[in-house]
Amino acid sequence: MYVAVKGGEAAIANAHRLLADRRRGERSLPSITIEQVVEQLGLAVDRVMAEASLYDRALAALAVRQARGDMIEAIFILRAYRTTLPRFGYAEPIDTANMKIERRVSATYKDLPGGQLLGPTFDYTHRLLDPSLLGDEPVEEVALKEPSEPVMRVSDILDGEGLIEGDGEMPEGHVAGDLTREPMEFPMARDLRLQALARGDEGFLLALAYSTQRGYGRTHPFVGEIRIGEVEVELELPELGFAVSLGVIRVTECQMVSQFKGSAKQPPQFTRGYGLVFGQSERKAMSMSLVDRALRTDEFSEDIVAPAQDQEFVISHADNVQATGFVEHLKLPHYVDFQAELDLVRRMRREYETAHGGEDGMKEAAE
Amino acid sequence: MAVQSQIYAGAFADPVFEAQSVFRTLMDCFARPGTIGRLASAASPPSPLGRASGAVALTLCDHDTPVWLSPALSKSAVPQWIAFHTGAGMAEAKDEARFGFVETGGTVPGFDQFALGTQEYPDRSTTLVIEVEALKGGQPLVARGPGIKNEIVVAPKGLPDVFLDFWTANRAIFPRGVDLILTARDAVLCLPRTTRLAIEE
Amino acid sequence: MDATPEQAPPAPAAERREGMRLLARATLAELSAAWEAIAGKPEVAPVRGPETGLVMVRGRIGGGGDPFNLGEATVSRATVRLSTGEIGHGQLLGTDKERARLAAVLDALFQNDAHRPAVEALHRRVAGRLEAEDRRKAEETAATRVDFFTMVRGED
Repeated sequence: MYVAVKGGEAAIANAHRLLADRRRGERSLPSITIEQVVEQLGLAVDRVMAEASLYDRALAALAVRQARGDMIEAIFILRAYRTTLPRFGYAEPIDTANMKIERRVSATYKDLPGGQLLGPTFDYTHRLLDPSLLGDEPVEEVALKEPSEPVMRVSDILDGEGLIEGDGEMPEGHVAGDLTREPMEFPMARDLRLQALARGDEGFLLALAYSTQRGYGRTHPFVGEIRIGEVEVELELPELGFAVSLGVIRVTECQMVSQFKGSAKQPPQFTRGYGLVFGQSERKAMSMSLVDRALRTDEFSEDIVAPAQDQEFVISHADNVQATGFVEHLKLPHYVDFQAELDLVRRMRREYETAHGGEDGMKEAAE
Repeated sequence: MAVQSQIYAGAFADPVFEAQSVFRTLMDCFARPGTIGRLASAASPPSPLGRASGAVALTLCDHDTPVWLSPALSKSAVPQWIAFHTGAGMAEAKDEARFGFVETGGTVPGFDQFALGTQEYPDRSTTLVIEVEALKGGQPLVARGPGIKNEIVVAPKGLPDVFLDFWTANRAIFPRGVDLILTARDAVLCLPRTTRLAIEE
Repeated sequence: MDATPEQAPPAPAAERREGMRLLARATLAELSAAWEAIAGKPEVAPVRGPETGLVMVRGRIGGGGDPFNLGEATVSRATVRLSTGEIGHGQLLGTDKERARLAAVLDALFQNDAHRPAVEALHRRVAGRLEAEDRRKAEETAATRVDFFTMVRGED
């Protein structure tokens, strides 16, 4: 029999009040502002934007504050918000070659046009807790230097010699798919996979990328180039007949250079994996580029021997909003389902006891 | 300037509430096929698109719904009007359109030329919006099917002679097929693909 | 500026396009000040919006290959009509509808010969600020450039 139950309304309302109280925390401390989150927890904001798949620093900061710093909850809130907004259109593809560079490093060439620009990096810090940040000590002014030469794309250097595959072409007439409009189907084309990876969970992609380095689908990668900076977003206005700039966004791009491939038709050359992420997030961009390369098994006739190469496995489990929804729903009332399971196991026990009744009875008697 | 003012004018004054009101009427009319619904809000689209058809476009079309227009509508300021106010672009082929519009007296193409959906996704079909002279006073047709208690008589005036053949063929490929919104002035009459039509005996 | 050659509009449109780029980057304070300073303001009627929605940002595979959808960004936009007849469009990243509305008003004023100089002055102000900001950032980045030097090793 199915019994519907109601209740918990007052408990839920009070739980929400308690949540609001705990979110605010100790009242003698000043409340944190959205501007403070944007300015001082900028990389948390960036991660929320990337995985919510919505670029808006202020809204992402609001989500971080509302979620008490729970990143996946913040991502969930922002992802849910985007569904309330109408779609105005598809922007022109961003031009990362014309990025206003804030960081650019290459692990493949020491001396390259534009140089190694470290930018605001954690690299080379000693990862020691800094007691000066316990307080609010003044921060040194930044150093300035005259910019020298323009920054060149590393892939173009290799491409000049024909030693690396091209940027990545889809079959003639292919229209870029959109995960937010069409249900997922496998096998999935590379453009759609990149969209899924760009909003995929950083931890999941990091683990998969690591697995390829440890031998589960090895690709012998080098960081050709990582660049972080601002690019212009342009939208074509049909009423005007030309594209106009909407402003700039910060993105992180990673070009991973991998093991060479050749065929009867093509001489051996390096292959590539590509990562592009909203905000400043090179761990994510690097992981994405490694997984992108690992997933290109069909293009290079590679055997699928590792999880990172299995697109259905990777893409279906990369989205942390989906994942958290399905995992966390288990805590919601399953009273009726469980009752059915309980009945079933009781019946099985009875049958078992009936079948083994003789033996058990004798043992008990002996004891 | 004249063309420009046609493009920018004539949309709902209060887009959210007027679109909601038109949506409600359309939903009710699809739930009760054959009933005539009067739209509380109408648009003033560029000619030759009618007022009710314009309101339907403003309510249902958006960036994700490519639109097919009859040759006469294509040649007018209607494509730009729809693009500006709804974000919908023009479909290159009939079977890529989510909505199709035909003005009063315009040639109605065979329904099977439009998107009919698939067995897995029958929703991926075209909704046709056809403006007629009037929603009453034409050849009476008996409508039966879900949402209709017993039967209802519809008699739109100004449909092509082949309409009943088109509709019968459309009904035969269920669950695939187009849905139909007939409009005249400020009123609509909806025929979902589930409705069967026959000449009154 | 950052115009891609194949889609660059003809000359008058190019000026308007560049103006719209600057209006999209203007702060609320800059836009309000420019509007306040307009003498003999025409009436402004809304045509569409102001409203907030989404634009799908796209990247290119490998940086320069075929496009793919990266993720969305919030965009606010408005279209207005002046009593003098000009239609203006404003569209910019973020959820600030008032900025979008003012950008539309100033885009409309840009098309009016009498008001054009005032809007051009705003364009210059914004362009100057952006240039200074970009220059500062480029200098900050340049200071983190690695100067490699080789250690001399061995007997000789």
